[in-house]
Amino acid sequence: MLKINMISKTFDRGSVNEKKALHQVSLSLDEGEFVTVIGGNGAGKSTLLNCISGVHPVDEGSIILDGTDITFSPEYKRSRLIGRVFQNPLLGTAFDMTIAENLAIAWARGKPHGLSPGITRPDKALFREQLALLGLDLEERINQKVKLLSGGQRQALTLLMATMGRPKLLLLDEHTASLDPAIAKKVLHLTRKFVSEEKLTTIMITHNMKAALEYGSRTIMMHEGQIILDLSGEERAEMTVERLVKYFESRSGVQLENDRLLLS
Amino acid sequence: MTLMNLATVLSSVELGVIYAIMSLGVFISFRTLNMPDLTVDGSFVLGAAVSAVLCTAGRPLAGIILALAAGALAGSVTALLHTKLKIQPILSGILTMLALYSINLKVMGNRANIPLLNQKTIFNLPEWMPGPDYAALIISLLLLFTVMILLYFFLKTKIGLVLRATGDNEQMVRALGVSTDLTKLIGLALANALVALSGALIAQYQSFADVGMGIGMVIIGLASVIIGEAIFGTSNLLRRLIAVILGSIVYRLAIAFALELGMPPTDLKLISAVIVCAALSMPTIKEQLSLLQQRYTAAVNNRGRPL
Repeated sequence: MLKINMISKTFDRGSVNEKKALHQVSLSLDEGEFVTVIGGNGAGKSTLLNCISGVHPVDEGSIILDGTDITFSPEYKRSRLIGRVFQNPLLGTAFDMTIAENLAIAWARGKPHGLSPGITRPDKALFREQLALLGLDLEERINQKVKLLSGGQRQALTLLMATMGRPKLLLLDEHTASLDPAIAKKVLHLTRKFVSEEKLTTIMITHNMKAALEYGSRTIMMHEGQIILDLSGEERAEMTVERLVKYFESRSGVQLENDRLLLS
Repeated sequence: MTLMNLATVLSSVELGVIYAIMSLGVFISFRTLNMPDLTVDGSFVLGAAVSAVLCTAGRPLAGIILALAAGALAGSVTALLHTKLKIQPILSGILTMLALYSINLKVMGNRANIPLLNQKTIFNLPEWMPGPDYAALIISLLLLFTVMILLYFFLKTKIGLVLRATGDNEQMVRALGVSTDLTKLIGLALANALVALSGALIAQYQSFADVGMGIGMVIIGLASVIIGEAIFGTSNLLRRLIAVILGSIVYRLAIAFALELGMPPTDLKLISAVIVCAALSMPTIKEQLSLLQQRYTAAVNNRGRPL
């Protein structure tokens, strides 16, 4: 489904701030595969996602999604195939518009945006149905503005918007990191539910090693712009957080003191 | 109103109604797209110039329609400067506005003003009107009402929704597969088309076009938007549009009232600037005041000296 061939990305090339964010990274995902990504700060996790989604153009290499070469496509065109949820709950929704209006924009993804009505009656019924899946009673608040929602509710809504219409690829960039633990767990459960029900090909970055092993079918670890570990199958089933941390420390030479990386 | 006679009130309302179309344009760029578009000062005159030139050719209605197209073109230039050449939005608008000054003079045949006395205009076209007294008001109200309804339904269409989302959250719009370059182009074209329409109507209403008539227009539009929001609220889209219109009328009445009280007309721009300044700084001033009060109470309670 997704084929990344030797992509590299360097920021501020030639300046004192030059930062090699990705170094010849290759990664292949089968259809329906759910990959979790871990790694320290500055490992290149977010850059990888941003290169796939087209926020940053890559310096070299190619990205093929569902048989289409998207290496040079603009961000908005790739977004017709890719659903995204960001870490910041403010980035996923239009705050001054209603829940229904936000969903309508997501629902229209990849379809022509003509002068037809933004929300029809059947649309609204469908949105209520979909919102009910979140279990947050948002279906009762469909005409309320999104700015009235909490961060967790917004993030659940963004997740719904990102998965509506079944994107070819779902990219989750620490989408629960800024939520409080209870709602973060809820959003993670919803993520698993949507991904498995729709068989979505998914990449999820997380700071939480436990979640990284618990969710999905494959885990990769990044360090200094490269993938240093790729776990799946039995090897992954037998992996524990402690061994993962040890492995990370031995491979990277960095002591993990950051609690957030372990459990959050 | 004892201080203002009926004729003054009527003409203020007429002006308010025509300028409300311009304010709706400013509402689209400043509020819906969240872009400070200064093209307005130029595109208003562009509309007036096109309209006046066609009036002198005996085609007032064509003047109105062409003004719309010319305004849309001006807005598109600003949008392209910003989205394709990556010039800051405010500077893009200023550049287009500056260029339009020369273009407007060219449109007007290198004259600084065009008088339209004894010319056919859309305000004296229909002979069936119930007396000339209310003709201008009825025609401009009809136009404004049409513009408002069309705008309302447009902002509720699929493309209208993404236009509104662009002002809220560009990142989200791109993440949902829509080019924000395109939405900004459509938005600014629409905004300046309305501004030019308003300019075209004003030229025919007051029977002249002047190359300097657009100065400060964006501030007047913004003042109307802010006054409307403050008095009539922002709870939903229809209410917001109506608020902008009423804001424009209130602004005109306030100006007329100030003039009645003896304010020299040359102070008009100063007053407009002060009104907008006051309205924009209100949240900050409120915050500072409450902070000051908190510090004072804290100081009194602690019997200490504030830093």
